[in-house]
Amino acid sequence: MQSKKEREKVGREKLQRIIETCKSISDRSLDPFLVDVKENISIAKEYLPEWEIPEDLCLDAETIHQLASVIKLQSEWVRHRSTSLYTDPFLLEEKLARMPKEQVVETFLKAWHPTIELEQISLHSLAEAIRYWEGLLPLKERWKEFSSAETERGLATREELVQQRILREKAFSEELDTFWQQLKEKVKEKGDEGKILYWDFVGAETYDETVDRAFMTSFLITYGYATLEIHPLEEEMFIKPYEKPETKIGNKQLISIPIAVAVEDWARWKRGELK
Amino acid sequence: MSKRKAYYASKIKRATHMLFYKRHKKPGVKGWELRKALGSDYPKVLKILDDYLKGMDLQVKTVFEEEKQVEKPSLEQLDRARFCITLRGDLTPKETKMIGWRIDDLAGLAIAISHIISKRGKAPRKEVEELLRDKLPGWKVGINIDRYIRYGYLTQDESEQLYLDWRTRVEVDQKALVDLLLRSENKVQ
Repeated sequence: MQSKKEREKVGREKLQRIIETCKSISDRSLDPFLVDVKENISIAKEYLPEWEIPEDLCLDAETIHQLASVIKLQSEWVRHRSTSLYTDPFLLEEKLARMPKEQVVETFLKAWHPTIELEQISLHSLAEAIRYWEGLLPLKERWKEFSSAETERGLATREELVQQRILREKAFSEELDTFWQQLKEKVKEKGDEGKILYWDFVGAETYDETVDRAFMTSFLITYGYATLEIHPLEEEMFIKPYEKPETKIGNKQLISIPIAVAVEDWARWKRGELK
Repeated sequence: MSKRKAYYASKIKRATHMLFYKRHKKPGVKGWELRKALGSDYPKVLKILDDYLKGMDLQVKTVFEEEKQVEKPSLEQLDRARFCITLRGDLTPKETKMIGWRIDDLAGLAIAISHIISKRGKAPRKEVEELLRDKLPGWKVGINIDRYIRYGYLTQDESEQLYLDWRTRVEVDQKALVDLLLRSENKVQ
């Protein structure tokens, strides 16, 4: 005697098999009458009382849906066979395989009536084109509008590059180290249990500065100077500095967490509405 | 020339310009475009033009949206239909070369179309490729199918199933093709 669990397992397998068969019939344009719809429906019917969880009921619904698609294909198949266009694919394939290509072409040409389409310039369009040409400004005049002012070449100093934010004042690693120390100090000052709310650390007086801090924080986390602690239910996010940089990742699965630092979020934080 | 004759002569001229010259990416003109340019009696204008073209072995072909030929089309169906000029009779193999078709490519097209018709309008691309590979070099098979798709004879969906496209519906008399293929006596190769 089969246990209920075993019976359910067998039932699921049978329904899966029916679904697969129906799908391959419609995908590969096979003869839909290869499926014994009546028998498959009786299988679905037999196992229906066993299903209790929604997944199994969905599987049953999918089976019926696929069988209905096969019935639709069967009806189309019958309709097609009854039309004058019906021809046995095997018979046609056989014929084509034995015909030399010259004969295939000769036959095709009797049923092919190619479209006529012309592309020709007319006097009217020529006149139109000449009018357009006459009104068109010379290239040197049209391009004048877009040419940029010429500037003399010269050397830029390091200070200028820093000012233009092309170079940073300190080396990146040095800067990251300073930022890590800043985080540790801030946690000591305002934090609780060795961590601080993400926005309390990242948030700054201006939005530009906030984005800059968020950018640096992302490197602190990536390079193992700190970690993120997320409490999804409370919608709180903490940043927790390590005493020493964690270089070993171990067996932990690394995940990326996108954090939006939009102007609206920053404004909400300023108003004290965002944790 | 009577007033009525002059009226239709000018309409036929306009219809000839619209139908012969390429206006869109696809050849031909939609019924509603003809109605706008020629007036509501455009089906009559097209009928006169078709009679006139008979002598030149050309015809005005109507392709309905419904895929199948409609016996007595309503004005709405005509408005949605596409009208083109096609050859009325047939070409000789020599003439096909003049319009840029090599015999191999045309035979491949004929085989692909007839196979899809026999498979009720839908066949996997791999199956058609297999058929063509029998008589065409392997490297050419994929290129040819892509060419048939580009020209609008075939279309392909995301699961690589091939269907007949608008140009086959316009240019190929599907029933005649299948009948001719089945009736033909095989010549010795």
